[in-house]
Amino acid sequence: MLFVADPARPVTRGPRRKCGRRSPSRSPAGSWSRGLRLWRLLGLAAMATLWAGLLRLASMLSLSCLALSVLLLVQLSDAAKNSEDVRCKCICPPYKDNSGHIYNKNISQKDCDCLHVVDPMPVRGPDVEAYCLRCECKYEERSSVTIKVTIIIYLSILGLLLLYMVYLTLVEPILKRRLFGHSQLIQSDDDVGDHQPFANAHDVLARSRSRANVLNKVEYAQQRWKLQVQEQRKSVFDRHVVLS
Amino acid sequence: MSRQPVAPEGGAMDHRGFHQGSFNSFQSSSSDEDLMDIPGTAMDFSMRDDVPPLDGEIEESRSYNGGGIGSSNRMMDFLEEPIPGVGTYDDFNTIDWVREKSRDRDRHREITNKSKESTWALIHSVSDAFSGWLLMLLIGLLSGSLAGLIDISAHWMTDLKEGICTLGIWFNHEHCCWNSNHVTFENRDKCPEWNSWSQLIISTNEGAFAYIVNYFMYVLWALLFAFLAVSLVKVFAPYACGSGIPEIKTILSGFIIRGYLGKWTLMIKTITLVLAVSSGLSLGKEGPLVHVACCCGNILCHCFNKYRKNEAKRREVLSAAAAAGVSVAFGAPIGGVLFSLEEVSYYFPLKTLWRSFFAALVAAFTLRSINPFGNSRLVLFYVEFHTPWHLFELVPFILLGIFGGLWGALFIRTNIAWCRKRKTTQLGKYPVVEVLVVTAITAILAFPNEYTRVSTSELISELFNDCGLLDSSKLCDYENRFNTSKAGELPDRPAGVGVYSAMWQLALTLILKIVITIFTFGMKIPSGLFIPSMAVGAIAGRLLGVGMEQLAYYHHDWAIFNSWCSQGADCITPGLYAMVGAAACLGGVTRMTVSLVVIMFELTGGLEYIVPLMAAAMTSKWVADALGREGIYDAHIRLNGYPFLEAKEEFAHKTLAMDVMKPRRNDPLLTVLTQDSMTVEDVETIISETTYSGFPVVVSRESQRLVGFVLRRDLIISIENARKKQDGVVSTSVIYFTEHSPPVPPYTPPTLKLRNILDLSPFTVTDLTPMEIVVDIFRKLGLRQCLVTHNGRLLGIITKKDVLKHIAQMANQDPDSILFN
Repeated sequence: MLFVADPARPVTRGPRRKCGRRSPSRSPAGSWSRGLRLWRLLGLAAMATLWAGLLRLASMLSLSCLALSVLLLVQLSDAAKNSEDVRCKCICPPYKDNSGHIYNKNISQKDCDCLHVVDPMPVRGPDVEAYCLRCECKYEERSSVTIKVTIIIYLSILGLLLLYMVYLTLVEPILKRRLFGHSQLIQSDDDVGDHQPFANAHDVLARSRSRANVLNKVEYAQQRWKLQVQEQRKSVFDRHVVLS
Repeated sequence: MSRQPVAPEGGAMDHRGFHQGSFNSFQSSSSDEDLMDIPGTAMDFSMRDDVPPLDGEIEESRSYNGGGIGSSNRMMDFLEEPIPGVGTYDDFNTIDWVREKSRDRDRHREITNKSKESTWALIHSVSDAFSGWLLMLLIGLLSGSLAGLIDISAHWMTDLKEGICTLGIWFNHEHCCWNSNHVTFENRDKCPEWNSWSQLIISTNEGAFAYIVNYFMYVLWALLFAFLAVSLVKVFAPYACGSGIPEIKTILSGFIIRGYLGKWTLMIKTITLVLAVSSGLSLGKEGPLVHVACCCGNILCHCFNKYRKNEAKRREVLSAAAAAGVSVAFGAPIGGVLFSLEEVSYYFPLKTLWRSFFAALVAAFTLRSINPFGNSRLVLFYVEFHTPWHLFELVPFILLGIFGGLWGALFIRTNIAWCRKRKTTQLGKYPVVEVLVVTAITAILAFPNEYTRVSTSELISELFNDCGLLDSSKLCDYENRFNTSKAGELPDRPAGVGVYSAMWQLALTLILKIVITIFTFGMKIPSGLFIPSMAVGAIAGRLLGVGMEQLAYYHHDWAIFNSWCSQGADCITPGLYAMVGAAACLGGVTRMTVSLVVIMFELTGGLEYIVPLMAAAMTSKWVADALGREGIYDAHIRLNGYPFLEAKEEFAHKTLAMDVMKPRRNDPLLTVLTQDSMTVEDVETIISETTYSGFPVVVSRESQRLVGFVLRRDLIISIENARKKQDGVVSTSVIYFTEHSPPVPPYTPPTLKLRNILDLSPFTVTDLTPMEIVVDIFRKLGLRQCLVTHNGRLLGIITKKDVLKHIAQMANQDPDSILFN
């Protein structure tokens, strides 16, 4: 059979059977090669969509991985609980001639009571029980690794954003002016509010078929994003139509 | 994954997803067979260059170049796979719930039928069914983690205004002193590891100069944070400003704001929210967290075919995401689900309820495992007390409810007036300056008062706290005159000096918060409303609570007290009053009732306080409703003119559909397309001369009998697509919406068949239908437009915008304030 011979044939096709039944009935010799070419092409197309599917799957997986890694991080930091990350804190109010005091100790949860934590005991003998009754002991955990990592992540994202902001607002206009001269800069501001009825269709169709290389794609995506933000800025800050 | 084993061509087209239109399963199986009967097509196809062909090309090369293939309509339906872009919506448009839901049903039916055919299809159908829950899991994980990030960073940055930790720069004040052994009983929040700015700069902590240095640094940091926040918002994502709940409400009701729930909005909102909260402004993170969670939901929707392409299904996910957002904001999973149901959602089927529940659960669990506050709680102001309350105390609780209602009405009125001023006058031109000025005023006024200097969440947590013997705050500075032998239960005590001075400071804080919040909410930075409202209520409640406590202590022989509050008994808990006051104020502003009580009850974990909370929430809603009709979110929706059809209000006017429909009596006739006599040029002229977003299609202009409805966007995209890719379509080509196009005479341009974009089942009413029914249809079905007929002839059209305008007109409001449709 023709289909078995083709290596690029997609593996799981439901109604393939029907096509297979049909095609021999109209197969003079000429349509053989035609059919082969068709199948090659279809195979290619199938590969392309397979890739698209795989990519999507990969993005999905990576997202779940991200989420999982966050969880793992938390769990790990819980496991690697260094001695600084647990404490038993006892607050003891003034008693007789002893002033109030706060005791802090790294101790496991089951030992978190006044007798284990208050050391040295300021009172003697029968007073210990009365003293300890007033103390309030609380066991607390934290994860200093989580805190550290979170703050570092946050600050690095903030730093990157600030750098990019400085680049966009200060450096890029200067570069552009030096490269293209002054006139183009002004022009590019005007063609944003393009409300031609067919402009959108152009956009939609162009997006679907652009087969440019990666660099162009990035450039294009950035340009599109900039236009979007500009449009947003107009509607929020200038025209006040949303979010006021 | 959209693998659909449909036909050999399926390989090329399956990434387009399901088939639009009305063909169903048994047709699809027959169309598979039809496909192979077109030898010329296959040839045509294979001779193209080696890029994988787009479905549009397949379609055209077939239906227009090849002759004599228009015989089977079912096949045509199949071949005319959607052109990219058809079936999507423009920015600032309203979706058609009916259309989206029927598309989803078609898709689902198809997958179910396919699942019997092969194992792969079965796996596909199972994964499709499961994807909703997987999505919820991911949303919960992501929004929980982001909430943790926001909590930890905001806490740290707030403390950065006062000083820095030498132990490690990433520790906030509390964690800096966490393990210190130098903390004394008297000065519990001081430790040598934590250095205030005066200590670092002039190496002393005492004296007037040190105070001035600290003051200066506090204001400086606040200004810096606010400036960074507003400029990041302005440069990267203007949609990240505000609370976001009014917009999310509108989006969930079917409006489209492109980019509002996008990646950049998510990132900028997360980052700037921390900055805004830490700058000490009178705002909270709860509302924006709902927006953040919804962004997570929307972004994660892109991973799943089922949700990526269907706007109605996506809105179900967003409802659940909103629940997850509140769940992490308050640590109240059930409250979050109810909040989504009561306040934000428009369409909330039972399935969404369960999914919201799951998402809220996962989100709360994630946040709990991050443990952002180090106290194993999800919120800073979690309290736990179980002292009973007496029936008489309902009187002060209701008083607090009245206060909350008054505050809510006052806040809504003044804030809307201020926002309107910002919208219409020169003020709106200077968003950065406005933020900086408000921040400067807030910081300068806040620093001298220790209750305004701390973050609002900490203030609330202190106000909610029930004073024990060991508490060192000024609010707990009571005189301990009782017999010390009995530990445990603490009776009412006379207030000490500290309490009296705290009362004064709290009163000043109350005034500051009330005034400054009005000007803060609505600025161009992420700003939530829950925390400031709760703070106002908590302060008022605490003041009243302490007053009641002292009254009961000094006058326990009064008739109202002597039955239940004898001397030496613990009868009044000021913390409870603070909590009830917070609930009342929040209820007055947002007009929530059920979800509010559940959130508050989850915050406290005490079942016995449900009745006080309910009484206060209900009273505050009554009072606020009597003074002003709508809650803050609805007021902002109306201010912005979003097309939001309120489901809660009744329409009670005796108007008819013909009073509302367009065209009006003296207007030109309704713009229609005919099904088989217009050329491409005619249609293009109509498109460029009008701005309508859809056109009815009729049999002929004379008969005006309705065929269907076609959307402007679909029409534009299809014509453009045909002109580009299809040979021979020129301006004089005739457009057919009919099932069969007549045979083309030789030497005339080929026809353009557009039946696949025609909605064959548009909703119609007769011209004498009462408007209450029409409004109900729009509300319950989520329609976008409805055609009006008279004796079967098309007469006019009613859009959602017309309905909204009519409602506004009937309520004596300016109907032109509704901007979009």
